[in-house]
Amino acid sequence: MSAHLTDLPPRPDTAGELVDVPDGWEVRDVEQFLFREARLADENDYDGWEALWTDDAIYWVPVDGEGDHPRTTVSIIFDNRSRISTRMKQVKTGKRYAQAPPSNLRHILGNIELIGGRINAAGGTDLEVSANFLALESRARGNQLWGGRTTYRIRRIDGEIRLAYKKVVLVDNDKAVPTLGFLV
Amino acid sequence: MTALVPSPAEVVEGESRYDRLIQPARVHGTLYTDPSIFAEELRKIWHKTWVFVGHESEVPEPNDYVRKQLADQDVVMTRDKDGEVHLLINRCAHRGLQVCDDKAGNSSSFRCPYHGWTYRNTGELLGYPYNKGYGGKNKLELGMGKVARVASYQGFVFGSLAQEGPSLEEHLGAAKGEIDRLVGLSPEGKVSLDAGWLRHQTKANWKFLAENETDGYHPQFVHGSIFGVAGSPIGALYSDNSTAVTRALGDGHSENDLRPEFRTFDEPMRWFGTTPDKVPGYLASMAESYGEDAHRRTVEGAPHVMIFPNLFIAEIQVFNIQPVGVGECVQYSTAVQFAGGHELNMRMVSQSIGSVGPAGMLLADDTEMYERNQRGVEMADPEWLDVRRGLVRETVDEDGFTIGAATDETAMRGFWSHYKSLMEADA
Repeated sequence: MSAHLTDLPPRPDTAGELVDVPDGWEVRDVEQFLFREARLADENDYDGWEALWTDDAIYWVPVDGEGDHPRTTVSIIFDNRSRISTRMKQVKTGKRYAQAPPSNLRHILGNIELIGGRINAAGGTDLEVSANFLALESRARGNQLWGGRTTYRIRRIDGEIRLAYKKVVLVDNDKAVPTLGFLV
Repeated sequence: MTALVPSPAEVVEGESRYDRLIQPARVHGTLYTDPSIFAEELRKIWHKTWVFVGHESEVPEPNDYVRKQLADQDVVMTRDKDGEVHLLINRCAHRGLQVCDDKAGNSSSFRCPYHGWTYRNTGELLGYPYNKGYGGKNKLELGMGKVARVASYQGFVFGSLAQEGPSLEEHLGAAKGEIDRLVGLSPEGKVSLDAGWLRHQTKANWKFLAENETDGYHPQFVHGSIFGVAGSPIGALYSDNSTAVTRALGDGHSENDLRPEFRTFDEPMRWFGTTPDKVPGYLASMAESYGEDAHRRTVEGAPHVMIFPNLFIAEIQVFNIQPVGVGECVQYSTAVQFAGGHELNMRMVSQSIGSVGPAGMLLADDTEMYERNQRGVEMADPEWLDVRRGLVRETVDEDGFTIGAATDETAMRGFWSHYKSLMEADA
């Protein structure tokens, strides 16, 4: 529906100019941050995971490859900061049955690559990093191997690395996928 | 294990198999687990009755096409150069290959990659290379398979693999009015389903989904986690003292009619969980199109209707349920878009992403229930599923439809009655 969408913002994956990798980032620090984010998700540390996000957060899991514009087409997940919070509150009730009991889960990250600097809406420069992942999920339904490529945008706030953007492109997002109740 | 002898699945003289398995207040667990019943369903339901396949707005331009599923059949929905919509079965008449590989596109013809046979987007065979081997051009009376009957209602495209049978409008019956209600919320009287589809793999028999869609008993329990944290008023619509009703619309269709609740509040857009100040452009267009009646339309809201066997309209979402096997199906879901919907359209996309699909804050939990249900009915005892809720208080409304309270299983009983009639028919 392109009609009446004069106020449609640019799609978030290409919004903002991509520039050279900004100064002040050590690959090892970046990797450690990504590993920590994955571990918090794997271990259902919802408060710890949520605290990584910035106020302008976007958490996006599209369908059909890179996905179409997430304001006008459906995605598996397209959360802003407020919806991330709702999602965490729901799971913390213990009655989010798709994740109660929680999945047993382990992510492995690889091919970590610093892509560049991404100019954000506030005019700052976030570091854009991508990584391949495999995640083995076990629950009563059976075991499920998830895989894909994740693009992160991170920035330092008061000396801490924080997550502003995470887009997860599942390799099989052009097919039917099972319930994705965990934090991918 | 009191009821194991004789087996309810066993055919007894003078009774159909389904007389034993489907009773007024209970249905047998094997209906969800027996592969021979699933095979019979494919023949007697999925390959026979009208099945929802897609929407005309998915192929808006001449020569557009999109791959769709009709039960176990891979079909290509095409729009020919004259604008007519076809459902082709994706199989070459020569060696049986899948002809169309792309998910969607625009082309007046399809060429099989194996030996180069080419078909028009109506299914007609256009040509084959090295034609002397067949005695020349245009010698073969062959073509791609076609879904025997294709019809649409308000742009919703249905296919029937049977050459003959009730017309689509006869099949839809009273459910037509519910589709009309949805379309009547568009200022231009038109909806589109062009916001893409989520595809949710579900390890459960398709009938658990069809039954659950208008089960008003489960929301407070399955969805309590999100109603609570989101401050949603939906839960109250399905409470024990709700004035909403469950209605069996006949022909296996059913609805949760929430209008009595919304009429009491008399607040436009409450059905969508918002207030008029959030969607001024949409409401202005509604008033322009429908005058005074715009108020009623925007108070009563969109339908919550399950159309047998696989189309579920959940207010602003449309679900297309397709079986894969006795214990597996796929839920395809999308956001309704109203022609002239203004700012409401993006809100419907956003709300749908939050609610439905593999990570949806509602549907992931429903799907967890379907899958646990499937594992549960594999257990031996008790053998039956109880569907009697509300039998003690059912009534008939002024239009002759059976209605129950908001949380009653009236819809399920309507589903099973129609299902039984189809399964008892000759193949």
